[in-house]
Amino acid sequence: MGENSVIIQLENIDFSYAGGKPVLDDLCFTLEEGAKLGIIGHNGSGKTTMLHIIMGLLKPSSGTIRAFGKPIETKKDFLDVRRKIGFLFQDADDQLFCPTVLEDIAFGPLNLGKSPTEARKMAMETLERLNLKGFEERVTHKLSGGEKKLVALATVLVMEPKALLLDEPTTGLDEDTNIRIITLLNSLDIGYIIVSHEYDFLARTTRDIYSVQNGQIVYDGDSSALHSHYHRHLMGKFRHRHETLSSQI
Amino acid sequence: MLQEPFSTGNSQIHRLDPRFKMVLATVYAFVVALSNSFPALIAALIFSFALIGLCRLGFLEVAKRIALVNGFIVFLWVVVPLTYDGQSIYYLGPFGVSREGVLVSARITLKSNAILLAFIALIASSTVATLGSALSRLKIPAKIIYLLLLNYRYIFVMEEEYRRLLRSASIRGFRPASNLHTYKTYAYLIGILFVKASDRAERVYNAMLCRGFAGKFYSLHEFSFSRLDLIWLVVMTIVIIGLEILEWVKIA
Repeated sequence: MGENSVIIQLENIDFSYAGGKPVLDDLCFTLEEGAKLGIIGHNGSGKTTMLHIIMGLLKPSSGTIRAFGKPIETKKDFLDVRRKIGFLFQDADDQLFCPTVLEDIAFGPLNLGKSPTEARKMAMETLERLNLKGFEERVTHKLSGGEKKLVALATVLVMEPKALLLDEPTTGLDEDTNIRIITLLNSLDIGYIIVSHEYDFLARTTRDIYSVQNGQIVYDGDSSALHSHYHRHLMGKFRHRHETLSSQI
Repeated sequence: MLQEPFSTGNSQIHRLDPRFKMVLATVYAFVVALSNSFPALIAALIFSFALIGLCRLGFLEVAKRIALVNGFIVFLWVVVPLTYDGQSIYYLGPFGVSREGVLVSARITLKSNAILLAFIALIASSTVATLGSALSRLKIPAKIIYLLLLNYRYIFVMEEEYRRLLRSASIRGFRPASNLHTYKTYAYLIGILFVKASDRAERVYNAMLCRGFAGKFYSLHEFSFSRLDLIWLVVMTIVIIGLEILEWVKIA
């Protein structure tokens, strides 16, 4: 496994919603195998849009998307991308649509052509891996918010993706679930992109942090050199580094 | 929130093949609905009660469901005997209570209760999820089944969204009354709910696409027709033949 093999590459992507001003403007971005990246940006900055473009849910007005070295153009190409890249939606209620947890987790493997027995086995293994044993017959809409999120993550991981895209994975979750997700993400050996507006969460799960500014991706820095404490300030204008602190560490 | 309290037991009926139970319930419902003789209908009602008994369902829960349907039937008893043509057997002021009207109401009461009880015993003893898979094994088109399953899944989400909207209206002082402002507010609420539903439908579909959905649904369940099913096939056949005999043979 080459350390530097490229999973996703976006080249000069432009995108705007009908009648609106450009959201993404000449955006370039690369995700390498095993890389753990965070993307931060304020509401409406185009973070989610970028993820949707990678998955082929939105079509850029210009630019090239490459996945696993190949340009992705047709519907069939995207079908292939979706089998290899897992996408965790912001609202777990959108992701979990089957009546029971087991069926929801098995949905992906069944789509990949696994037999019901294989799919069931994979689903059970994933549940066990995420410490969700005993959840299989639970009814999805009766789960708590945190449980829904973890099950949604299971529905993605069961497909054994080569990379993950996570859209605001911690919105509205309690601290316990947050910690479970952080631990889980850190234990994964696949790379991922996390889109979030919580700096602290990104610092604990990713190595490099980028931000979306004026429709482009800007490298902010190594997450350990950037701060990871509890306060908020406007992104971009007031970005600052804690030089003394990082030199002490 | 809608619960599935009847689906959790482990009685003989719970262990039957859900496909088989659905077919049985459907055939039984037709037989009862098309019967007219009182001996047959009363026998059916007794048999339906026996099914409930075999399911070992909570008496109170079943009674609640039955009460709901019989609420409608009370209306029937108020209206039909007074308006049905036929020989009057009793007078309430200017209105005559017709004998035929009473008989029709009695038949409807017996039929609906017998069918409802049988459905609680045979259908509600499986989860909606299982019923979905069973329907797909019965070659019902996948689109219809997923309409059922997705409805079941998202009706709660929609309810929650509706309540949230209603709450936000009421904390801003909205008090429903019979005026244009109220109608307009409700129209807005419902409008927004439709918009949200269609947005959500799109997101759910996208999430399905992201997990490799390519237009075909697969089922995880495998069912098997057991010895117990065979025994019940015989029992139900005898019961249905019995009901038909009661229906067609005049008892002197």
